[in-house]
Amino acid sequence: MPEANAPRPVPFRGGGFRPKSSLWVGAAVFALLITLWEIGSRTGIIHPLVLPAPSEAAEAFIDLYNSGLLWKHLGASLSRLAIGWTAGTLLGIAVGFSIGLFSLARAGLVPLVAAIFPIPKIALLPLFIIWFGIGEGSKVATILFGTFFPTVVATYGGVDNVDRGLIRMGQSFGLSWFSIVRKIILPGALPAILPGFRISAAIAIVLLVAAEMIGAEFGVGAYILLAGSLMAMDQLIAGVAILSAIGLTVSWIIGRTERLLLRWRT
Amino acid sequence: MHLSLDGISHHYGGMSVLSGIDLEIPAGEIVCIVGPSGCGKSTLLRLIGGLEKPDEGAVLQHGAPPAGSLNPLTYIFQDFALLPWRSVAGNVSLVLEDHPLGKTEREAIIDDVLARTKLSDFKVALPRQLSGGMKQRVAIARALAVRPAVLLMDEPLSALDSQTRELLMDDLVGLWSKTPFTAVYVTHNLEEAVRLGHRIVVLSRRPGTIRDVVAIDMPLAERPGRLTELTEARERLWSLIRDEAAAADMELVDA
Repeated sequence: MPEANAPRPVPFRGGGFRPKSSLWVGAAVFALLITLWEIGSRTGIIHPLVLPAPSEAAEAFIDLYNSGLLWKHLGASLSRLAIGWTAGTLLGIAVGFSIGLFSLARAGLVPLVAAIFPIPKIALLPLFIIWFGIGEGSKVATILFGTFFPTVVATYGGVDNVDRGLIRMGQSFGLSWFSIVRKIILPGALPAILPGFRISAAIAIVLLVAAEMIGAEFGVGAYILLAGSLMAMDQLIAGVAILSAIGLTVSWIIGRTERLLLRWRT
Repeated sequence: MHLSLDGISHHYGGMSVLSGIDLEIPAGEIVCIVGPSGCGKSTLLRLIGGLEKPDEGAVLQHGAPPAGSLNPLTYIFQDFALLPWRSVAGNVSLVLEDHPLGKTEREAIIDDVLARTKLSDFKVALPRQLSGGMKQRVAIARALAVRPAVLLMDEPLSALDSQTRELLMDDLVGLWSKTPFTAVYVTHNLEEAVRLGHRIVVLSRRPGTIRDVVAIDMPLAERPGRLTELTEARERLWSLIRDEAAAADMELVDA
């Protein structure tokens, strides 16, 4: 036994609290879950009516691809997403900036945003159908509305958080109001606006499916609805997988954009 | 062009921060303003540059700014105030972009001021890659780019370590010796005041009034070699401030 007062190293108490991400682990979790699910289905532990095997869903997807309908559904959905999300985002940034810059806009619009933001836009869908028609109008309007509010909140939060010292510096050098907004406030608010895109994109996909469940011939939502009413669970799973793939792609694009535009951050 | 302060008083809410300040800022001299913390030094500087309006009195500008001066009253801030998303050259460019200058003219000014502040090799670096001293040199370059008539420096070296502070003081003296500029230099550091100030204004505790103005005739360039002679001036300043600094230290910030 060592002596009680023999020199020994100081116990290490630091470290931890620094989660690292690894692409491989993420992919492995996916693969493991799908394999377990497939095994469960093949051995009969999971009843095919409760949940079809991943291989069946994959077959349904290949059928969809071979029938040529995949691109029609995907094209319809993506164009609604693109138009609704872009319009909602641009409007949201414009309104968010006016709230961040003008007292009158702040006083008048912040309570309004707070009142309308929590309303589920799906509940307003019948109203939108009456206003904008059963066609594309109501679907785009639902997505636009859904993306508008989170963008407004993220944008004016970002504008509020721009370092006032930088704005004062701009004023002290005689920069014009427009230069201060464009060169100091806009880039300064970007770190708050871009994560807002992630949230608004996810909301847009949720609303897309809901909107396509009423009066849509094509679209991933319509495909899923049809599969559900025919109890074709393999097609339903295939449709959900397509949605998930859209979500992953959008989030990847936003991640790349963030890395490109926010390179200056530490 | 020179400035004069005429009976400046200022309040924040109900609290008087400055009272009856009369001061001349002669052209070509560095005027240091020292005083205990919370005496309104930085407020006074914001008033001089027009970032705030005094409640009473006025800051007067005598004569026209020199031809070619793009921004006669130009600040250098304690926290540098560099745009983190712009490179060194981009930060200097920012303050030139609103003026009708050609691209070549703008680039010539940027190259010139970066050379004068020894930053030519770091044109494309981002602020996060720079040390504190380099960041402040970028801010000095940016200020020089608009050819100011009066430089307004708000504790420009307070965020730096003492070694960097020494180096930057030498840089400032070098810049002044080549082309004398007019400056108001706010600091709580008496060492900086006696090294850089032609005249040192001592403010009293809140509400700030001028207690004394100490003039130092020794040329700036000779001061590093004659520090012992400056000790006397430093001691005199300290004796003026000491009691009030102690009292200010025991004050509640928002009392």
